[in-house]
Amino acid sequence: MDPSDLGGRPGLGPVLPPSRVEPEPPFGRPWEGRAFALTVLTMGRISGRNLDAFRYALSRLDRAAYFDDGYYGRWLNAAELMLTDSALLAPGAVDARARRRRGEDVTEPPVPEPARPDYAPTGPGSLRTLDRPPRFGPGDPVRVLTRRPCAGTGPFKVPGYLRGRAGTVVAVRPPHVLPDTHAVFAGEHPQHVHTVAFGSAELWGPGAEEATVHADLFEIHLEPR
Amino acid sequence: MTDDRIPPALRTEALEELLVERGLVDPAVMDGFVRTYENDVGPLNGARVVARAWTDPEFRGWLLRDGTAAIASLGFTGPQGEHMVVLEQTGQVHHVVVCTLCSCYPWPVLGLPPSWYKDPAYRARVVREPRTVLAEMGLDVPAGRRIEVWDSSAEVRYLTLPRRPAGTAGMTEDELAALVTRDAMVGVAEIGPAGAVAS
Repeated sequence: MDPSDLGGRPGLGPVLPPSRVEPEPPFGRPWEGRAFALTVLTMGRISGRNLDAFRYALSRLDRAAYFDDGYYGRWLNAAELMLTDSALLAPGAVDARARRRRGEDVTEPPVPEPARPDYAPTGPGSLRTLDRPPRFGPGDPVRVLTRRPCAGTGPFKVPGYLRGRAGTVVAVRPPHVLPDTHAVFAGEHPQHVHTVAFGSAELWGPGAEEATVHADLFEIHLEPR
Repeated sequence: MTDDRIPPALRTEALEELLVERGLVDPAVMDGFVRTYENDVGPLNGARVVARAWTDPEFRGWLLRDGTAAIASLGFTGPQGEHMVVLEQTGQVHHVVVCTLCSCYPWPVLGLPPSWYKDPAYRARVVREPRTVLAEMGLDVPAGRRIEVWDSSAEVRYLTLPRRPAGTAGMTEDELAALVTRDAMVGVAEIGPAGAVAS
């Protein structure tokens, strides 16, 4: 199960009242700042600033790697996963180095032959332009697909709680690169992005707390209804 | 086994050492990066945006129409702020922002996210029971006020424009900016009347 897809998941207990932590510095402990910088630089230098690949790495962590050491712990683990995916580090290299640093007598794995993805973004950031008009406009009734619409590996970048649900488009946003393909270095395939409003009863059933939930969804993940 | 687990601080040191050895990161660049996010980027930027909107109706209109351009005019641009949308709190509607899939957050105006925003419980629950969650966080939204939740599921980043508190009519933009809190710009708090804030 994707540990990162948390919307609506039960059993996570009470939220953290901000008054207990604010004002809060960006990094609670020094290692968090180092992990932040290492991850951002790893993405920039090694994966061509592919933020979708980083988010996909986060979603592929196991439960412990995702949750146990908090936000920057999961960043660290996802950075390591990206580095082993592209053979810049051998599996187990970080573990072995950490053990040696604390005095254990372990052998480090040999440095592998790098296999970086052949990738260069077509522009900075995630926003792109498209010649074709958006398929939907404000007021259009839509439904979210339940399955990934394109072939190949890669994520289906739709929060689980929205899959199959009916909503209404409220805004059209600038086109973005499509995470489903971009995350696995299989092309940017820019998509129009639509902000869609969902009634809480549609998402959670008739007893739900009254509210409207909005999400930004890629055109390819929506169908008319 | 728990006693065999490598703590994250040690893992970080090990990873940094390996990447430095391979020439893939430069510790000095890392230092600069950490310092920037500790010192130069933070909710103070967003507070300046809010204070300007409270004092300049033309800016406020621009901000609500084209958040990206209006915010950029104050010098706040960069990663995680490519396309900004500003949501105005009113007596009829209360907006609250979340990212259920990661912890996406508008870095140029608010800095890096605080722990409550990254907390799995917040990410899971605020889309399902926002009124209850806000109450647990210390904000009671009046029964007649509609709640709108915004899940940052693509690259759009949201900032909420809090209501200007009572008792601030004569204040300068700088004084107003000092009243604006990070939590109010995400929608989990309001800004109390001037004078009540310091306590």
